[in-house]
Amino acid sequence: MNQAADAELAIETKSLTKIYGSGNTEVVAMRDACMKVARGEVVALLGPSGSGKSTFLTAVGLINPPTSGQVFIRGQLILDADQAQVNLRSFRRQHIGFVFQKSNLIPFLSAIENVQIAIELNGQSSRVARQSAQKLLDDLGVGDRADNRPSMLSGGQQQRVAVARALANNPSIILADEPTAALDSHRGRQVMELFAQVAHEHGAGVIVVTHDHRALDVFDTTYEMEDGRMFQPTHSQPN
Amino acid sequence: MNLATKDIRHNLGRFALTTVGVGMLLMIVMGMGGIYRGIIADATLLIDSVGADLWVVQRDTRGPFAELSRVPQNLVHRVYAVPGVTASREFVYHTVQRQRDEKALRMAVLGLSWPTDKGEWIQLTAGRSLKQNHFEMIADKSLGLAVGEQIKLGKETYTVVGTTSNMISSGADGIGFVTVADAQAIQFDVPGEAVRLERASRYARGESSEVGIKQPALLENASKPSFELPTTPRAQISAVMVTVSPGADVNEVARAIAGWGDVSVYTSSEEREFLLKGNVEKVRRQIGLFRVLLTVIAAIIMALILYTLTLDKIHSIALLKLIGAPNTVILGLIVQQALVLGVVGFGIAFLIGQKIFPMFPRRVILTNPDLIQLGVIVLGISVASSLLGIWKAMHVSPNEALS
Repeated sequence: MNQAADAELAIETKSLTKIYGSGNTEVVAMRDACMKVARGEVVALLGPSGSGKSTFLTAVGLINPPTSGQVFIRGQLILDADQAQVNLRSFRRQHIGFVFQKSNLIPFLSAIENVQIAIELNGQSSRVARQSAQKLLDDLGVGDRADNRPSMLSGGQQQRVAVARALANNPSIILADEPTAALDSHRGRQVMELFAQVAHEHGAGVIVVTHDHRALDVFDTTYEMEDGRMFQPTHSQPN
Repeated sequence: MNLATKDIRHNLGRFALTTVGVGMLLMIVMGMGGIYRGIIADATLLIDSVGADLWVVQRDTRGPFAELSRVPQNLVHRVYAVPGVTASREFVYHTVQRQRDEKALRMAVLGLSWPTDKGEWIQLTAGRSLKQNHFEMIADKSLGLAVGEQIKLGKETYTVVGTTSNMISSGADGIGFVTVADAQAIQFDVPGEAVRLERASRYARGESSEVGIKQPALLENASKPSFELPTTPRAQISAVMVTVSPGADVNEVARAIAGWGDVSVYTSSEEREFLLKGNVEKVRRQIGLFRVLLTVIAAIIMALILYTLTLDKIHSIALLKLIGAPNTVILGLIVQQALVLGVVGFGIAFLIGQKIFPMFPRRVILTNPDLIQLGVIVLGISVASSLLGIWKAMHVSPNEALS
C-alpha cells in the first residue's frame, strides 16, 4: 500500500498478538489480529466473551500494548510491539476518543465539565472549551442537562455525554466497548447511528465492540473474534 | 478547570469533616508550642519586669530562680554603698498554699522593698500600688482576689489594693505583692505553741551550757522574743536586686560586689539563663519532643487521609489518564487537595485555638514566628503526606477505567 493510501486509513493493525504470563501460565489473548479501518468507516467487532475483543481495543487504544505486531494510525506507526513511537498519552488525548460499556464519566464533574476537561487537556482555553462542550451536548440532545452531575443523569443521557466527550477533540478514531449494553434497544440504536453519523461527518474511523446484532445494519464492516483470532464473516460486506 | 476544587465541592461534607479533624490535630501541635512559649514568658516575667540590673545572691549559688539562696538583710545597705549603684532592694520570694473558700489557693509571695519600692513598676489592671508598710497586697487576677477583698496569711489579714494580669511564677502560681516585712512575716510565721516550745528549748540549752551556769541572769533573756536577742540571727532574704546608675558600668559594679567573699553577682540576663536552663529546660525538651511526635502523627494521618481520598477517585484518575491527562494534572489534583487540607486545617487550628487557649490554666502564647514556622511545616507535611497518594495515582493504569 502506498503512502497516500495509508493516510486514508484511520487505523491499521498488523498481526497484533497479546500474550499474558509465560511458561505454564501463558495465555494467548489475541493472535495475529489484522484490521484496516478507513476514515469515515464504522466497524463492528463481534465475538463471545473472552474472545479477545477488549484486548484488541485496548491495544489499538494505546492502553495495553501488544506483545508483537504493529499499530498504525493515519498511516503513522504508533506501536511496534510494545515499543511506543510517540508519547502515547499525548497521542490518545489528541487522536482517540473512547466510549465504554458504562458511561465512565468523572463523578465529581458536571456533564459539561466532563466534556470540557477533555478539550481543556488539549490546550484550549476554559471559555472556548466550555462553548465547544455545550455545543456537543446540544448536538447530542443533552444540552439541557449540562450542569447535572452524572449521578443525576439517566443511563442513556450519561452515554450521550460520554460520546460527546469522545468527540470533543475531533479524534481520528473512536473506540467503543459495548456502548449500548446499558441502554434499551431504541437508545442503543440511536447511539450506534450517532457513531455512524460522526464517522461520516468527521471522517473518523470508528470501532465498536458489540453483542447487539440488532443494529448491525448501521456498520460499514463487521469483524469477529474467537479464541483470540480475528476474521471477517463471509456475509460482511463494506457498504 | 481546577479538578481539586471540583472534587472537594462534590464531597464537601466529608472533606470539611476531615479538615476539621486535621485542624484539631494541628491545634494541639500549635497549642504545645504556645504552652512552651507561655512557660518561658511566665517564668521570665518577673526577672524581665522587676527592672534589676544585677542580682546579688548567696555565694556559689545561682540565685533564687535556680536554687535556695540566703543572704543577710543588711546586704542591701552594703550594696547601696558601692559606687555606681543607684538603688538596691531586697528580694524575698516564696510560695504559700492556703485553703480559701474550701479550695487550695497557691500564691507566690513577692516582697517589695518598702519604701523604695511600692510596686509602681507593676502593671495594674485595677486599684493602686502599696501605700503603707503593712497589710496591703497587690494580687494577680489568677488568684481570684478582687480589689477590696481580704485574705488571711499567717496571723495577719491583708487587703487587696491592686490587681495585675499574667503576673505568675514559673510554677504558674499567681503572685501576691506585699512589703518585704510582710513577706517575711508570712514566710516565717509559726504558731504560738511553737514559739513557746522554742523559748523553752532555748532556756533548757542555756541551763546546761557553761555560760548559763556561770551567769544565770542571762537565762532570763532566753525566754524573750527572738528579735530582742542580739545573738539570734535576723530573718534572711533571697537576694538583693541592684539598679546601676545611668552611665555607670554594670560590669564594674558587678566586679566590685563579687569581690566580697559571701556573695555572687549575676546580671539579669544571666539569672534569666539560669532559670531557663534549670527549671524550664526539661519542660522545653519534653514539650518539644511531644510536639515533634504530634507533628509526625499529623503527617501520618494526613498521608492516610490523602491516600484514602486518592483511592476514592482512582477510577477517575485512570479515566483522566485514558483520555490523555498528563501527570501534572493528576499530580496537581492530589497536591492541591493536600495543600487545601493543610492550609484550611491550619486556619481552623488557629481560629479554634484563639477561642480555646485562653481557657487553659496556663498561658498559651502564639507568636508570629512560631505560627509561620508551623505554617511552613504544615505545607511541608501536606506535600510530603500526598506522596503516598501520588505514588498510587502514578501507578494506576488507564486500563482500570475500563473495569
